[in-house]
Amino acid sequence: MKHLAIAAATFVAAAVAAGPALAGKDLDNIKKRGSLVCGVNTGLAGFSIADSQGRWTGLDVDFCRAVAAAIFGDANKVQFKPTSAQQRFTALQSGEIDVLSRNTTWTLTRDSAQGMVFTGVTFYDGQGFMVAKKLGVKSVKELDGAEICVQSGTTTELNLTDFLRANNMAKAKAIVFEKLEEAVGAFFAGRCQAYTTDASGLAATRSKDAKNPEDYVILPELISKEPLGPAVRRGDEELFAVVKWALYAMLEAEEFGVTRANVDDMKSSPNPGIKRLLGVDEKNDMGKLLGLNRDWAYQIVKQVGNYADVYERSVGPKTPLKLERGLNALWNKGGLMYAPPVR
Amino acid sequence: MGGIAVAEPVRASGRTQAAGAWWNDRRFRAILYQVLFLAAVIAFGWLLVSNTIENLRARGLKSGFDFLESRSGIPISDSVIPWSDNDTFGRAYLVGILNTIRVGVLGIIFATILGTLIGIARLSPNWLIAKLASGYVEAIRNVPLLLQLILIYSFVRTALPEQLDPLVIGGGFYLSKSGLLFPLLNLLPEHYVTAGVLLASIVATVLYNLWAKQRHYRTGVSPPRLAPSLALLILPAVIVFVVLGAPASFDVATKERFRFVGGGAVAPEFLTILTGLVIYTAAFIAEIVRSGILAVSHGQTEAASALGLPRGKILRLVLLPQALRVIIPPMTSQYLNLVKNSSLATVVGYPEVVAIEQITMNQTSRALECILLIMIVYLTISLSISFAMNVYNKRLALKER
Repeated sequence: MKHLAIAAATFVAAAVAAGPALAGKDLDNIKKRGSLVCGVNTGLAGFSIADSQGRWTGLDVDFCRAVAAAIFGDANKVQFKPTSAQQRFTALQSGEIDVLSRNTTWTLTRDSAQGMVFTGVTFYDGQGFMVAKKLGVKSVKELDGAEICVQSGTTTELNLTDFLRANNMAKAKAIVFEKLEEAVGAFFAGRCQAYTTDASGLAATRSKDAKNPEDYVILPELISKEPLGPAVRRGDEELFAVVKWALYAMLEAEEFGVTRANVDDMKSSPNPGIKRLLGVDEKNDMGKLLGLNRDWAYQIVKQVGNYADVYERSVGPKTPLKLERGLNALWNKGGLMYAPPVR
Repeated sequence: MGGIAVAEPVRASGRTQAAGAWWNDRRFRAILYQVLFLAAVIAFGWLLVSNTIENLRARGLKSGFDFLESRSGIPISDSVIPWSDNDTFGRAYLVGILNTIRVGVLGIIFATILGTLIGIARLSPNWLIAKLASGYVEAIRNVPLLLQLILIYSFVRTALPEQLDPLVIGGGFYLSKSGLLFPLLNLLPEHYVTAGVLLASIVATVLYNLWAKQRHYRTGVSPPRLAPSLALLILPAVIVFVVLGAPASFDVATKERFRFVGGGAVAPEFLTILTGLVIYTAAFIAEIVRSGILAVSHGQTEAASALGLPRGKILRLVLLPQALRVIIPPMTSQYLNLVKNSSLATVVGYPEVVAIEQITMNQTSRALECILLIMIVYLTISLSISFAMNVYNKRLALKER
C-alpha cells in the first residue's frame, strides 16, 4: 500500500510539475520579472567585460542596457549572465536568458534551425589573423604550414577550414581549444604561430592579454563577413520588435544628431522627426505601438547614449581597441549602419 | 506476502485465500501493485518524452540524428584515421571515439605499470624510497585533476623549444612545441609480409610456452623457455625481412617556414593528457596495489620460503594470485575513472569525443541528441572495461567445490 501511495504521489507531482511548458509571451514575463536577463561574453574587452568591481562595460552590455531602458525606463534593470561559446545557444533556447548579446555572428543556420532569431547587426566585423611580428608574415596567404589556434564551437573554425581549402593551404594545421582563454594562452605561449578570431576580438586580445602588444601584428585581410548582433527566442514577435527597434532608435538618434549630452535640449527641437523619436507629443506615441512607454527612445539615449556614444566609449579610437568606425559608420558617412525611419 | 495466517483456510489449489473477494488475495494484490507502479513509471517517462518533443516543436528547434550525415567543416588536429573538414559529423564522432580509446588504453597500461611500481615502492624497506612514494601519492591524490592538467600543459608549452629551433634527437626525431616528431615508415608490401610473419611468430611463441608448461606439469622437467621464445619471436621476422631486400624509406620532417612539416607527430596535447591521467590514476592504483599486497598474510610468504621457493616464484605463484583477488575490483573503478577523466582533455585542446561533441552541439544546436550519443559512447566503453575485468576476476576467484 505504501508503494502504491508513493508511486501515485510521484505521478501526480510529475504531472503537475511537467505541465505545459510553453514560454508564452516572453516580453510579458520580462515585465513581470521586473528585469531583463541578458547573456553576454565571459570577458571580451570592448564588448562585454566586468571590471574588478563587477561592473559590466562594452558594446553588447550597453545594448542590453538600452533594451532595459526602453522596456522599464531604467537601464539598470538588467542582469548579466556570462555564457561561454558552447552554452550561449542552449541558454537562450531554454529560457535562461531573454536576449543573447554576445558578439554572435548572424548566420542562416542560427537564424533558422536553432530556435532563435537575430534582431539586427550591432557590429559589422570580419575574421582576421594575428601573428608575431618576428615571423615577418605580411599576408594571410603566406600562412601555409603554420599552426593556427582557434576557439571551438564558433563560425571561426568553419571559416578557417573553408579559407584553407579555398586557398590550397593543406599543410596549415588548426589547433582547436574549447575556451577562449586557452586558445589565447596557447598562442601567446608560442604553441601556434597564428591566432584567428573576429578582427575586433583580435584587437581586444592584443590590448589585454599580450605581454607586449607591439610584438604582434594583425594581418590586414579579413577572410569572412561576421555581422555581430543580438538574438531572441523564436515565438515572441513583440520582444523581437522591441529589441530590433532599440538598435534602430540608437542609430536614428545619431543620424539626427541627438547625443546623450544634448538629448534634454533636443526635446525642444522643432524637427518633427526628433520630436517623434523622443516622444515629445502625446498624440504621436511610437512607444505604445511597441508596447512601451512614450519616452522609450528618450530613455535609451539619456541613460545609455546613441550608437556613436556607445561605440566611442567601448571600441572607438580612444579606447585600447582603437577601432575606427569603418563599416560601422552611418550609411551617409560611408558605413553600413542604416535604420528604418521611426514613424 | 508474509507468513500464512492461521485463520485462513488452505484451499485445494494451495493458494492462501481469505474467505471472500479476489481483491483480498495477497499474491494478487502484490502483482497488481507492481503492475500499477510499472505503469506509473512508464507513464511518467512517456510524459517527459512527449513534453520534450512538444517543447522542441514549440520553439522551432529541429530534432533528429540527420546531422550525423551532414558535412561538418570543422578541423581536427589529431586523428588516428584520415580526416578532412569535408567529412561528416558522424565521422568526427568516430575520430573522437578512437582518440578516447587511444588515450584510455595507453593510459590504463602506463598507469597500471607506474601505480604498481609506486605501490611496491611504498612497501620498500628503504626509508627514502618509501617516503618518496608516500609523498607522491599524497600530493597527487589531493589536487584536482583539472588543475594538474592545466599545470602540465602550461609547463609543456612554455618549456618545449620553439618550432623552428627544435631539440634534435637525431635520426629524424625532433622535440618542439609541435610535439615529438618522428620519421614515418612508408609502408610497402614487404613490410606487410614481415608483419604477417611476426604475427605468426607471436602465436608460435605462445604455443611453445603453453607446451613447455604442460611438459613441466607432466614430467617435472622444465624445458628452456626464455632463449627459444626470443629466438622464435625475432629470428623468422628478421630473416624474412632481410631476404626480401630490407627496403626502408622514411618520411622525415623537414624545416619549412613556420615549423617542421612531415613524418608523424605525437602532439603535445596528447602527451599532456596522457601524462596527466597516468600520474593521477597511478597514485590511486598505488594504494590499491599496496592494500592488495598487505592483505596477504605474512604467513604465506614465510611458508613459501620455508618450502624453498625463490623470491620471484614466491611473488608470482603465492603472493600475486591472492593479492590480485583484492586488487582487481577497485582497479576496475580506477580504469573507468581514467577513461571518464579523459573528457577533461578539452582543456588542453586534445580532440577526444567530448570535445568533438561540444563542437557538434554548438554548430548544430542538437543538444539532446549529442549528449545522448556521448552517454552511449561512455556507457559502451565503461561496460566493456567492466566486462573484461569481471571475466578476469572470475578466473582468479577461489574455486568453490
